[in-house]
Amino acid sequence: MASNRRDGMHHAHNLIICEHCDSVYQKRKLLRGQVADCTVCGAVLERHQWIGVEGQFALIIAALIVFVIANVSPIVTLKLSGMAETTTLWGAVIAMWTDGAQLVAALTALTLFFFPLSQLVIFCWVLWFARDGRRAPGFAQAMTALVRVKPWSMIEVFMLGTLVAVVKAHTYFDVVPGPGIWAFGFLTVLITVFSSHDARHLWDITGEAKA
Amino acid sequence: MNTPPRAQELGMMSCHVCRLVTAYSEDPHAHCPRCHSALHVRKQGSIARSWALLLAAAMFYIPANVFPIMRTQSLSSKDDNTILSGIFELWRAGSPGLAVIVFTASIVVPMLKFIIMTTLLVSVQRSSGLVSKQRARLYRFVELIGYWSMLDVFVVAILSALVHFQILSRVEPLPGVVYFGVVVVLTMLSAMSFDPRLIWDNRKSQ
Ligand SMILES: [Zn+2]
Ligand SMILES: [Zn+2]
Repeated sequence: MASNRRDGMHHAHNLIICEHCDSVYQKRKLLRGQVADCTVCGAVLERHQWIGVEGQFALIIAALIVFVIANVSPIVTLKLSGMAETTTLWGAVIAMWTDGAQLVAALTALTLFFFPLSQLVIFCWVLWFARDGRRAPGFAQAMTALVRVKPWSMIEVFMLGTLVAVVKAHTYFDVVPGPGIWAFGFLTVLITVFSSHDARHLWDITGEAKA
Repeated sequence: MNTPPRAQELGMMSCHVCRLVTAYSEDPHAHCPRCHSALHVRKQGSIARSWALLLAAAMFYIPANVFPIMRTQSLSSKDDNTILSGIFELWRAGSPGLAVIVFTASIVVPMLKFIIMTTLLVSVQRSSGLVSKQRARLYRFVELIGYWSMLDVFVVAILSALVHFQILSRVEPLPGVVYFGVVVVLTMLSAMSFDPRLIWDNRKSQ
């Protein structure tokens, strides 16, 4: 096995390597609000993790609830001569699918539903165990999935897209914002707060399963 | 403060998934002892893959802009909009601010991505040691803004779902929007395939 060769090597836990330029640094203890930048390329090395595991877990639970509300409630309602049309996120996906833009329907469903949802569920799972300093079953796979999925979650963009759509529709119709839009807005805020945390930190604060 | 050492010089490398620092290994089948992800000193085939995805994106960018992305149909009229004409319409409808935002997300951001990725790829292939810090910053910029180009795609999706008043008024997606979605995904994949550490590699060996 290739990995056997490395087993004798020390794993330098006090070192951190810049992902953008390969510079090696000694890990520093960061104070509240502090960010360690790479002096060579300027990329962020590490941020202070200002919300503890308990806090992060609470945030994720909140985000999950808001996510459900955002997905079942109407985003906006349009009115035209006595008729009203309303839509949810899934309404948009279905409209794209039935109108011949299946690829876009799939892309919308993935980036606004499946990826954000799997992110939230996986986080919830690993954080539940991390509260006692344990690694959840499937921890390695879960953490790998989080890293892979992260760039493909686009709730923030959808938020702005809804705004543009509302303004466009406003020229011809009466537009009534629904609860879904507020839920998506709140979700955007929660995700932004959460994104200031590097999930990979969990590797350092949890130990191998003892039980 | 003087320049910190580079991982390769110290015989180290780091896992790109969990950031564990391990001993340097050129074994292409090496795995991270902690998270079991494949370990590579640099992303594999980074330059070729990044080029291929960028060129494919550039090819799809033409139909994405030429073909209309959305049809607005009412009793009296049928109106097909391309990305650009949709922006003009938004401007005329009295929302110049939003028109600028959409213009930025749909036109400026993709163009910037093409220009920046080409610059990065060419400079890395030429082993340029010039303005490395600025190039590193450009790469992070591309990573940061990449997905905002999906804006117009989502706008079309929401409008198509909303404006469904039988024959009175309808909005339908047109093929342009599919091409545009493909462009966004391809440019994002191109940027992800690029390994920013390559910017710094050749300079040191000189
Ligand atoms: Zn760096
Ligand atoms: Zn790893």
